[in-house]
Amino acid sequence: MTQTPLLQVKGLKQYFNISTGLFRSTHLKAVDDVSFDINAGDTLGLVGESGCGKTTVGRSLMHLYLPTAGEVIFDGEKLAPGPVLDSFRRRAQMVFQDPYSSLNPRMTVGDIVAEPIDVHKLYQSKKERNNRVAELLDLVGLSSEQATRYAHEFSGGQRQRIGIARALASRPEFIVCDEPVSALDVSIQAQVINMLEDLQARLGLTYLFIAHDLSVVKHISNRIAVMYLGRIVEMASSVDLHRNPLHPYTRSLLSAVPVPDPDKARELKRIILKGDVPSPLKVPSGCAFRTRCPDAIPACADSCPLLREVSPGHSVSCIRIPVTGA
Amino acid sequence: MENILEVKGLKTSFYTPSGVVPAVGGVSFQLKKGSVLGIVGESGSGKSVTAYSILQILTPPGRIDSGSVKFNGQELVGLSEKEMRKIRGNKISIIFQDPMTSLNPVFTIGNQLIETILLHTSRTKVEAHKRALEMLSMVGINDPERRMHQYPYELSGGMRQRVMIAMALVCEPEILIADEPTTALDVTIQAQILELMTELQHRLGMAIILITHDLGVVAGMCDEVIVMYAGHLVERGAASQIFYQPKHEYTKGLMRSIPRIEKDEKERLIPISGTPVDMLLLPKGCAFAPRCERAMKICLEEKPQEYWINGYNHLASCWRNVKEGTLAPEVPGKRPMIQLKEESV
Repeated sequence: MTQTPLLQVKGLKQYFNISTGLFRSTHLKAVDDVSFDINAGDTLGLVGESGCGKTTVGRSLMHLYLPTAGEVIFDGEKLAPGPVLDSFRRRAQMVFQDPYSSLNPRMTVGDIVAEPIDVHKLYQSKKERNNRVAELLDLVGLSSEQATRYAHEFSGGQRQRIGIARALASRPEFIVCDEPVSALDVSIQAQVINMLEDLQARLGLTYLFIAHDLSVVKHISNRIAVMYLGRIVEMASSVDLHRNPLHPYTRSLLSAVPVPDPDKARELKRIILKGDVPSPLKVPSGCAFRTRCPDAIPACADSCPLLREVSPGHSVSCIRIPVTGA
Repeated sequence: MENILEVKGLKTSFYTPSGVVPAVGGVSFQLKKGSVLGIVGESGSGKSVTAYSILQILTPPGRIDSGSVKFNGQELVGLSEKEMRKIRGNKISIIFQDPMTSLNPVFTIGNQLIETILLHTSRTKVEAHKRALEMLSMVGINDPERRMHQYPYELSGGMRQRVMIAMALVCEPEILIADEPTTALDVTIQAQILELMTELQHRLGMAIILITHDLGVVAGMCDEVIVMYAGHLVERGAASQIFYQPKHEYTKGLMRSIPRIEKDEKERLIPISGTPVDMLLLPKGCAFAPRCERAMKICLEEKPQEYWINGYNHLASCWRNVKEGTLAPEVPGKRPMIQLKEESV
């Protein structure tokens, strides 16, 4: 596997200035030294609890915020403001969590879907634009007659389809899906997940799939990265991560997922973590997870563990995990 | 085991300017003493309204049209507000989904807890303070003395939900209604709260009605499960029956559509097609029929009757059970059994 990844993220840092007084301010390290690659046609799942920085990773790699440090390399080119970023913005798109607030209530569905091609001027004639809108609506299972309606006339699942059609308008290669199904009802979730999978197969898309629901992420991803307080603590293939989770945080996270099976749920041994996630303004020294970790030793407080590969394709940042088979 | 709560033919509607929304359209169930009953369904299926109707905390334009709610044999529907107040909080308590909006932001945690205690019991202020501390440590809050002086915004989501639980359990109620208690929380915090609820349930011997859309939460907690769709009870039974032998097409569809984390091989999800039903334009027949793959002609024309399956603890209201099920006896206003042929639409 010497394929060059479509997207490489190296040492991405995103700090926000938080004012703590009239003239004082401090950094909130939302994303701290995050690196990963995504191969073309793959799906990387990014999981973690609220406030762990997963959404910020998505937004800062899209350069919606200017990253504090680190680089994002897309298709061999380093992103920087200018023509590279302009073309990246056409080739990469986003699907947002809330299908209610992410669609402009004053625009017709046709205009919402056509906005990316309007912005990037990707058509010659009005007819071509309308044809493209009809094609896109058809692609996501809506009918072209619905183009003249407004977003409020649609249900949550249909709105998310509109959001996906908009993301597909500029024929992107890469899509960041930021919690695309968490606002939807269970019976609708499966429709949208299946559609995302079909579109990926049909259009050769690459996804970064951000979600907090581990069952959904496991279902859709080839590889999964687990984040805790702005850092990736473990990264492995989806099957490997579930069969053999190494980081104590991943282990407790997986054990906490409710299993929809009464017999298995009863057998399940939960690793219940003590306490809450620390404030990202006061990240503990050394390993950020040590304050809640059931296996913490004094050495965990000394230095921040690096993400290292412990077996082929399986990286973890915990000093207590020995390297095997590498 | 004896039933602590009996709900019969409960109907609640919202009289909105655009029409009458039959949020709960005739629901019957029993809650056994000390057991955990789960109510699952999608948003708008009427699960929360059912709970609010039990406690009569509906906001206008919603009101109970008919039906009966019996708590320990005492009829609650029709009680005066004054009498209901003796039930609420004392005998039946509720915790809500979002702990931030259910706590008052301008009073300290201690203030709100003590107020509850003073309101419901005849304790003095000093005793109430002691009791509040006791409750906070019971729900696993460290350093309760300090927390008493803090405001809700100073606590994390999980902490706030613990405070809500403490507040709900102050009078040691016989029934705790938990309306999506962990939906706003992260999985690791959710696990903490669910464990706490289970532990307290065993310790205090109360019954719990757990309202959720998460089938995983239900599987881990509940003895019995009710599945609701469009204001109707579509299936009711022991948790194992609902999960392993679902008899209603909607329940079957739900079970197929959730991704399973415990499975290694990747399987394609089987979604339920269509969109949730518009409560203002309910279909004539079964509300689920327009989305049901196995709908028959009768499903579109007649509301399904409730059938008992395998004895008398598993109930499904689906025409598909006409052959193996026996007609449920206790449903009010039911029609005589109709002969039907299996015809697909």
